[in-house]
Amino acid sequence: MNQPVISASHLDLTFQTNDGPVHALRDVSLDIGKGEFVSFIGPSGCGKTTFLRCIAGLEEPTGGTLAVNGLTPDAARRSRAYGYVFQAAGLYPWRTIGGNIRLPLEIMGFSKEEQAERVKRTLELVDLAGFEKKFPWQLSGGMQQRASIARALAFDADILLMDEPFGALDEIVRDRLNEELLKLWDRTGKTIGFVTHSIPEAVYLSTKIVVMSPRPGRITDVIESTLPRERPLDIRDSAEFIAIAHRVRDGLRAGHIDA
Amino acid sequence: MILVFAAVAVWIGAWAFNGWLANGRFSDLASVRLAVPLIFGATVIVVWELIVRGLQVPPVILPPPSTIVGAFFGNFGVLWPDFVQTFAKGALGGYVIGCGSALLTAILVDRYDFLRRGLLPVGNFMAALPIVGTAPILVMWFGFDWQSKAAVVVVMVFFPMLVNTVAGLRDTSAMQRDLMRTYGASYWQTLFKLRFPAALPFIFNGLKIATTLALIGAIVAEFFGSPTRGLGFRISTSVGTLALDMVWAVIVVAALTGTAFYGAVAWLERRMTFWHPSQRK
Repeated sequence: MNQPVISASHLDLTFQTNDGPVHALRDVSLDIGKGEFVSFIGPSGCGKTTFLRCIAGLEEPTGGTLAVNGLTPDAARRSRAYGYVFQAAGLYPWRTIGGNIRLPLEIMGFSKEEQAERVKRTLELVDLAGFEKKFPWQLSGGMQQRASIARALAFDADILLMDEPFGALDEIVRDRLNEELLKLWDRTGKTIGFVTHSIPEAVYLSTKIVVMSPRPGRITDVIESTLPRERPLDIRDSAEFIAIAHRVRDGLRAGHIDA
Repeated sequence: MILVFAAVAVWIGAWAFNGWLANGRFSDLASVRLAVPLIFGATVIVVWELIVRGLQVPPVILPPPSTIVGAFFGNFGVLWPDFVQTFAKGALGGYVIGCGSALLTAILVDRYDFLRRGLLPVGNFMAALPIVGTAPILVMWFGFDWQSKAAVVVVMVFFPMLVNTVAGLRDTSAMQRDLMRTYGASYWQTLFKLRFPAALPFIFNGLKIATTLALIGAIVAEFFGSPTRGLGFRISTSVGTLALDMVWAVIVVAALTGTAFYGAVAWLERRMTFWHPSQRK
């Protein structure tokens, strides 16, 4: 594998709560190479979101080392190394769709022309051209989530971190967005970290599937996908796809038994 | 007695007509929506006029509306300088200073927790002081002219504005704040691009509450000393000469001013927080 973009070794994170310490992550070691599409899957409480937030520098690990682009996560965050897509679109209602995508560009000090150009380009990328002047509350949930992906793509960071971005959407919309995301990944060559609790979604999208289990949050299996890069939706009926999905399910079950 | 029966007849007639308008098939028209409250207001005034004249109520107790309107236009040359003195100088001056300083204080209070714990109780204490006690003191400090009235207004509007703004600046979700962190945004960028816009609905609540407080404060403060003009001064001297029609005319001026002031702020609110669920059409 080439030089890893994200490298975690023996990562620990313990939250101090009123009910005593909670081990959100224990001994998590993982390397993510450039251009990989890595999914984190597991039941709630397995630390998949927490691990993603650690990579983003939004949580501070209590032990182990974590490097993003060779920097600490906090330094990587301040050098704008990644775009982050949250569970909800979280668009600012006082800004238009275009204005929301412009938000990170304004903060990072892009010129006005550059802003306009990038807003236009990313809107086309997520198939929202013509909606620039609309307000978020005038759009459907799926369109809002696409706009939030455009917002994360606008400043063209090499890493895209996505925390259950399609969790709140219905299956039809979700299928289409999955397909579009794969195309986008193929076109841009970004490194993507993707949190999900859907087995088909993880298998369909990823080059690498990280299976996690709770109490304490840890990695129980890492599966390198053998599926080709080109993936039509009906690949999900192939024997190979079903075999990988089985292995993920077994990993999840195993994690559950010894928990 | 005939006038009293006429009042009853007008009341019933207007009621029926309004009921028909509000429940009829034209009830969705914008003109009808505007007409219904106007008809109601006009009915109240006509009934008032007829009853006061029919029962020969003494003008000191309640003058008929026609007398009040007469006093309003007859004394316009007096009322206009009163309005300028009390509203344009005292109330508006104090409103701008009080709300502006409360806004800036709120940003400081929000940033430094020790200020929140130290300043909010002081603000609360100030707001609890009775205006009839503080106004004479402020008149002693700042003189008889509008500056002392503005000072009273500042004391009255500062706290509601501060509390609302502080609450507003806290009204962002963890996700919205995390988003700004993922962009590596600075404190000021987060303040201007996220927290301030998010606080606007709260800020406008404070601004709307402050409009009526400002007018009340400026008028009441004039009871404790003022130059020979001003709405509060006019009320206190007119009461002294039993010129109750003049008192009512001043009340009309104050009511119109207060409504217009509130309306202007509410209009601005609709323009600036059109995105908020409470304002969306």
